[in-house]
Amino acid sequence: MEQAVLIVLNSLVYGLLLFMLSVGLTLIFGMMGVLNLAHASFYMLGAFLAYTISIRLGFWVALLVVPVLVGILGAVVERWGLRAVHKHGHVAELLFTFGLAFIIGEVVPLIWGRNPVPYRVPAELDFALFQIGGNSYPAYRLFMMGVAIVMFLALFLALARTRLGLVVRAALTHPDMVGMLGHDVPKVFTLVFGAGCALAGLAGVIAGNAYTTEPGMAQSLGAIVFAVVVMGGLGSIWGALVASLLIGFVQVGSISLDLTLGAALGRMGVAVPGTFTDLWSISIARVAPVLPYLLLVLVLAVRPRGLMGTRSA
Amino acid sequence: MLAPAQTLAVPSRAGGALRAVVPWVLIVALALALPHIVPGGFGLSLLCRIGIAIVFALSFNMLLGQGGMLDFGHAVFLGLGGFLAMHGMKLADDGWWLPLPLLPVAGAAGGLLAAIAAGWIATRRAGTAFAMITLGVAEMVVAIVLLLPGVFGGEEGLSGDRSGGPPVLGWDFGTQMQAYHLIAAWALGCALLMWLYTRTPLGRLANAVRDNAERVSFLGYNPARIRWLVFMLSGLFAGVAGGLAALNDEIITSGKLGAGESSSVLLMTFIGGIGTFWGPVLGAVLVTFLAVALSTITDAWQLYSGLLFIAMVVWAPGGLSGIILAHLPLARAGRLGRVVPGYLACVPGTVLALAGTVGLAELAFRLQAVRNGASPRPVFGWTADPVSIVPWLLALALLAAGALLLRRTAPAARVAWQEASVAAAAP
Repeated sequence: MEQAVLIVLNSLVYGLLLFMLSVGLTLIFGMMGVLNLAHASFYMLGAFLAYTISIRLGFWVALLVVPVLVGILGAVVERWGLRAVHKHGHVAELLFTFGLAFIIGEVVPLIWGRNPVPYRVPAELDFALFQIGGNSYPAYRLFMMGVAIVMFLALFLALARTRLGLVVRAALTHPDMVGMLGHDVPKVFTLVFGAGCALAGLAGVIAGNAYTTEPGMAQSLGAIVFAVVVMGGLGSIWGALVASLLIGFVQVGSISLDLTLGAALGRMGVAVPGTFTDLWSISIARVAPVLPYLLLVLVLAVRPRGLMGTRSA
Repeated sequence: MLAPAQTLAVPSRAGGALRAVVPWVLIVALALALPHIVPGGFGLSLLCRIGIAIVFALSFNMLLGQGGMLDFGHAVFLGLGGFLAMHGMKLADDGWWLPLPLLPVAGAAGGLLAAIAAGWIATRRAGTAFAMITLGVAEMVVAIVLLLPGVFGGEEGLSGDRSGGPPVLGWDFGTQMQAYHLIAAWALGCALLMWLYTRTPLGRLANAVRDNAERVSFLGYNPARIRWLVFMLSGLFAGVAGGLAALNDEIITSGKLGAGESSSVLLMTFIGGIGTFWGPVLGAVLVTFLAVALSTITDAWQLYSGLLFIAMVVWAPGGLSGIILAHLPLARAGRLGRVVPGYLACVPGTVLALAGTVGLAELAFRLQAVRNGASPRPVFGWTADPVSIVPWLLALALLAAGALLLRRTAPAARVAWQEASVAAAAP
């Protein structure tokens, strides 16, 4: 029972983290049609910058400053790089963001080294909230959830209640018409791209100290974020929320299950065949990292619009 | 449009057929002569790696340049073909009659089977969705390969001995020179086949699907089926490259399937130029050479190739072959002299910007090395102290100066090129 509660809590935290990452990506794709392959790299950059700033100026300063920094970087990249490539088509845009991800993936270990950095939870939040299943549940996880929920509410209010949000939502589905109505659509694109990257940076600040901060974090989280975005539907924020909670639950739940295929067969009374011994000894926990990719491929092949998407991939 | 449509050169007389054959004869002669021109074992192994990279890059361009399909997981076919060929090599070691020259066929089979399966899912979609599916499939395959150590050898991979099989015409392929001739023969054969493919109706239809898939379906063809067939062929040739790699290295690991190799072939092909058949060859030669040569003098060579790639995406999406083709009409009309002054004026800015970038990257590496306690390698015999701020400011200043100079001189060069192109095109 306690195991189940723990799984639910952990999958909520992980799912909300995935949501923070994917909401920026889905907005960028929904509006501009470009899948930002470097999104997870901005997340990584946020975590590393937060580490550097937090050891000099403290965690709270990092929390405020790093998303702004990463957002500005994203806006600069969009204005000077992506916009120039836009006229060459979608393949060129994909290649550009791919090259960007590659370069960030090389620059980060160049500056911070190839090993994980000791980015720690701040002392004020580093206490146990309650005891469950014999282990203590850290209060920082609740803080992470809180930040994600606040961010979602702020985004929702900004999009639904402000004039700028109205323009952004219109440009999501009808960019040409919005341009003809006199709004500066390229500037809106730059703003959305920068905001998306800022959200990724914020996710990096929050998650970098709860999970490890190392140069491989972009690659390991990147494909999962794409799976979330594609499943939720490109361009839909609610879809991103549902899909990230779902995938968070699947990931955390499957890692906790140490059942192997052979053991499952044995429970059903079927004898394990002698051949392909490797296959029967694979446990669900080891297959867990593959599941998001499988979901990504299946959703794209069967229903590219995802659960609640506004435009197809 | 990222890649211009290829023109079909129909030989209208016997001389035309001869003109098509002569380049290939020259290439065969070059391949035979190269190991004697390039000195030493290092040069020979470099040539072998270039040969493998050429086949791999050409197979990748069947998808990207000719078919308009961006495949993020192409190394899967390289790796699976390599593993199948390695199993063949081990069987040959055990006494089965499997002559080494035929092993790349096993590689082709491995690549083909994988491409049939992956392509069935991937080619149902086009564009971004296709690219994401290939990304997902590649990651799945890598994860599955690591889960089956019995078949794929786990972390250490599989290794074999290429001289363990039956000798062919007195050769046992133990020496690098014999391996080179085998690789060169296979590379040339595959390049020829892939070139002939571009002249078949399927090759032409692939170009049509790239340019306007909807129109192709109105013409009565099924674009998804065409994409699937092209994907299968591309996987087949990538599998051959994998078999050659297994043969050359005598070891194959799960790394061959991974993102590193997939990114590498994408960089190679794009830098070389996706708009021509021979562009990827150029890219494969250049990038392999840079990787091998640069990696001995600097740790930042991956970063440099990434920067070159992104610079080409933004400023020269046709790649090196695109740049060459853009200047051919000028050369033919004798107008090349007009653009040279403009280009020369850009040289100082480029050199300064490059020096600044290299300086920053190398300083960062040295700072890492100093922090870890190791003594850093000098760049071109010059050791700078990365801890003091002075070299950093110097490098930044170089970069800024170069960028400003380029900003000043590049527009003039572009205008000169445009005017020369117009003058060259005028009758």
